[in-house]
Amino acid sequence: MSGEALFFLEVVISGLMAGVMYALVALGFVLIFKASGVLNFAQGVLALFAALALYDFIAPGGWVDDLFGFTFPIWAGIILTVGVMIIVAWLIERLVLQHLVQQEPIILFMSTIGLAYILEGVGDMLFGSDVKPLDIGIPQGASDWLLDNYGLYVEKLEVFAALTAAILVIVLAVFFQKTRIGRALRAVADDHQAALSVGVSLRTIWVIVWSVAGMVALVAGIMWGSKSGIQFSLSLIALKALPVLILGGFTSVPGAIIGGLIIGVGEKVAEVYLGPYVGGAIENWFAYVLALVFLFFRPQGLFGERIIERV
Amino acid sequence: MFYREAGQFKDSYESDQAIFPVAQDRWFVFGVVIAAFALVPFFIGDYWTNAVLLPLLAYSLAALGLNILTGYCGQVSLGTGGFLAVGAYTTFKLVTAFPELNFILVVLFSGATTAAVGVVFGLPSLRIKGFYLAVATLAAQFFLVWMFNKVEWFFNYSPTGQITMPPVELFGVLITGPRAPSAAKYLFCLGVVAVAAYAAKNIVRSRIGRAWMAIRDMDIAAELIGIRPLMTKLSAFAVSSFYIGMAGSLYFGVWLGSAEPIEAFGIEQSFLVLFMIIVGGLGSILGSFLGAAFMVLLPIVLKNFMVDGLSMAVVTAKHVEIMSLGMLIVFFLIVEPHGLARLWQIAKEKLRLWPFPH
Amino acid sequence: MLKRIAGIFSGVLVSTLLFVSTAGAYELVMPSMDYRTGPYAPNGIPFANGYHDYLVMLNERDGGINGVKINLVPCETAYNTKQGVECYEKVKGEGDGALIIQPLSTGITYQLIPKAPVDEIPVHSMGYGRTSAANGKVFKWIFNFPATYWDQAAVALKYIGDREGGLDKLNGKKIALVYHNSAYGKEPIRTLEAGAEKFGYEFMQLPVDHPGQEQKSTWLQIRREKPDWVLMWGWGVMNQVAIKEAASIRYPMDHFMGVWWSGSENDVLPAGEDADGYLSGAFHAPGDDFPAHDDIKKYVYDAGKTAPGAERERIGEVLYNRGLIAAVYASEAIRNAMDIHGTKEVNGAMVRDGLEAMDLTEARLTELGLPGFTIPVKVTCANHAGPRKVAIQQWDAKAKEWNFVSDFYDTMHDIVDPLIEEDSAGFAEENGITPRDC
Repeated sequence: MSGEALFFLEVVISGLMAGVMYALVALGFVLIFKASGVLNFAQGVLALFAALALYDFIAPGGWVDDLFGFTFPIWAGIILTVGVMIIVAWLIERLVLQHLVQQEPIILFMSTIGLAYILEGVGDMLFGSDVKPLDIGIPQGASDWLLDNYGLYVEKLEVFAALTAAILVIVLAVFFQKTRIGRALRAVADDHQAALSVGVSLRTIWVIVWSVAGMVALVAGIMWGSKSGIQFSLSLIALKALPVLILGGFTSVPGAIIGGLIIGVGEKVAEVYLGPYVGGAIENWFAYVLALVFLFFRPQGLFGERIIERV
Repeated sequence: MFYREAGQFKDSYESDQAIFPVAQDRWFVFGVVIAAFALVPFFIGDYWTNAVLLPLLAYSLAALGLNILTGYCGQVSLGTGGFLAVGAYTTFKLVTAFPELNFILVVLFSGATTAAVGVVFGLPSLRIKGFYLAVATLAAQFFLVWMFNKVEWFFNYSPTGQITMPPVELFGVLITGPRAPSAAKYLFCLGVVAVAAYAAKNIVRSRIGRAWMAIRDMDIAAELIGIRPLMTKLSAFAVSSFYIGMAGSLYFGVWLGSAEPIEAFGIEQSFLVLFMIIVGGLGSILGSFLGAAFMVLLPIVLKNFMVDGLSMAVVTAKHVEIMSLGMLIVFFLIVEPHGLARLWQIAKEKLRLWPFPH
Repeated sequence: MLKRIAGIFSGVLVSTLLFVSTAGAYELVMPSMDYRTGPYAPNGIPFANGYHDYLVMLNERDGGINGVKINLVPCETAYNTKQGVECYEKVKGEGDGALIIQPLSTGITYQLIPKAPVDEIPVHSMGYGRTSAANGKVFKWIFNFPATYWDQAAVALKYIGDREGGLDKLNGKKIALVYHNSAYGKEPIRTLEAGAEKFGYEFMQLPVDHPGQEQKSTWLQIRREKPDWVLMWGWGVMNQVAIKEAASIRYPMDHFMGVWWSGSENDVLPAGEDADGYLSGAFHAPGDDFPAHDDIKKYVYDAGKTAPGAERERIGEVLYNRGLIAAVYASEAIRNAMDIHGTKEVNGAMVRDGLEAMDLTEARLTELGLPGFTIPVKVTCANHAGPRKVAIQQWDAKAKEWNFVSDFYDTMHDIVDPLIEEDSAGFAEENGITPRDC
């Protein structure tokens, strides 16, 4: 392949990979929106919180190390963090959502902003605001094999993230389609009232959904944390997930992935090929404009549920 | 007992349509406005002006604008930061190009420019609804800020892109810059905000305001009874952006005095103003003020209480402040999802019946 | 060790009790604009600790400055301009009035530039803020010694010239600037453009938006264009990601150079071994093997008077030392003010005179327990930027330490001075300032 074509391929691959990273965050949004109609603004902070908790279980110098003088192995740390996220989900349901059943979407949205503030304050106070390098053995850096043999630059961490995302989506799909809880979840997503009337406990479902979203946040937190160290900025990645969410539709798991890929490729290609002519840093608004263009043709996002309007 | 309407008869259409039909409301609002104009300026120093009152007034105006769009017309917007920037940059370009121009005109022009920009970015609202519409306004947000950061003409080719407000006089009194007396800055902003609030209160009761509310409540139904969605939605965008543009002018010109686009007009501002109207009350003029007061004053009160009152370390105080702000938001939403304005109404109901609630 | 729990609780209860004032006695009010929260906290914390520790050490060891106690007033800005304004308004009237403000943020500095002459409180934006404030004739109340961003850009070119074998070798080379897309990041552009004209290199600009977690496209462009040198004006998470990305695309680290705000341990540690050889500007030494640091350990850390959460192991980090040198400059300015005006009860205007009379020689640095820590600083009425000299340091990933790889270079006066003159003249004209005679 010629140099230019190879470079274009690199840009596209990097875009796809970045898209997967965005999609990991967007997935958490989708799960919660699907089951409870809440646009969860706290998803970014949740990712930060999960990564911080994980760090403190496994890293020397973390809480556990400080208190007890030992650290957990990585697998145990991940399980414990999942436990923490389940507790967080339970608390959120008990203290917040339970009291806001049947409210308008924008009110629920606002309550998640309150949650984001709370988690941010608690996280900062418990874990401190320093950068914490997270190393759980995920390969990083360029793939030497591809770079040496084909001159193609692909980031290993991102390939790993893409594979993880794929596994995650498969697991989620199986969970939704094949398990009892999954069916209950889909029932709730379809129609709250009907689900309630056949005996599905809305509150349990919400705890489960928030726990699952917490786990997805953990995965996102691990990937982004490995990339840049765990720090407050991690919570801002929620903003990168917004165009993905809108493009893919708020209610579709595959939408989040495909939306992520489109946004990722679109913004990278635009930045690299268009950016230099207009002064650069166009990625951010380009993602939204791209999403906007799609919306003109499909106002509910690519895979969103069709909006049926009745008087 | 303290809030009794008994005995207040309306004997003309005018009195029936008064903004404050109840005498107590009328006197209360008059009292607050008069106090704000005639008493407050004598008691404020630099801290009160620059840290509390000016941001409060600028954000109230912005919240008022967004409330017209989101609260009355039902169109969610996350472009407030970008529209604030349009107002601010119009002000900056005007005062640097025409230093003699009356500053009131500058503020109005800033509003007008922003209204035009708002209409353009409001066009997608005809096709896209709900949270999806937020994307169109987010595109505006990011694009506008990017543009003000990149195109050198906007910041008069300064090497860093920072814009700084020159000192401006109104009727012989300085009202911008650090040498301007606190009271002058405050009174100017208060004047603009008071007139704007009065106008808004009337607009939302007028034909066009009722059309907005019809679109908000159910746009298809509104269309069927003969309301043109195009004109209605775009007029909401225009009026709303006009207010936000004026807010941007005060925000940059009078309050901050210098700004750089990404920080001063970033997405955080859009969210902040949206929070204000949700906490304050969607579709309520009073709510815009209460919400702005909540989001501006609360962090300062919490901080000063913890640092000066409890002698906490500033960093711990900051963490507790963020946490408490979150808890209070959640608390108020649980107590009253329709915002502080609704709480105020409930309080009035209670006062009407007190001390015999049954 | 329960140091972290202890840290949190001591934060709640104890720390400010250290500064409880005894009513009536005159104290030196020195505000500290910290940012220990928010996206830039990892950089703000060590700086704030350095500033805090040095001044507390003076209080404990010498009873303050010339026997007058220092009242250190911390205020949390979260690196946010609006919170900074609130902080400034709050601290300026504290006690007998703030003596010197170090805003620690370009945005806040711009806010304070017009306010300083009105409130008569000098602003020391040490190595940040508005570069043309170097012209003391126009900016009477603003100081930015020991160097400005434009000097850093010029010194970067000089260093590149040395490595390439002469400044004339820059001709035809390609230099890229990766910058934080804000007023701060844009600072060096003018200088580098002027340099491009003079030396004939090709200049490439690559902005990165706040906060800068995702820089793939930036580094892909660098991979394609293969610039000979990459300069970086970054802050916060942007630095860490950039260094990692550079390592990923195998960009040679010893051709990648950051400004002094992009060269701390925080920035290079997450990249591990890959960051080895990364360069950055510096105007003071790294490390904690100076007598002043020993005093800090003895009087502050052993006595348990640290800022909440401060750790002994982190004394001597680059940003810690930067906070420390900022405190040294501030306290020396106050000492000067006391000498000049023959009083121990100084005010902001006197401290301004003290800053302008700053003459921090090597002998004085040695007295302060910082021999060879930085270059001597002499400020004059016309020159508020002092020596305007910058050295280059390099990261040694194995030893995990920074080492100087160059002497202090002087700036390129022929390029930078006219730019300062032009920008400050513009400011004077806009604001109706008649430059002072000096």
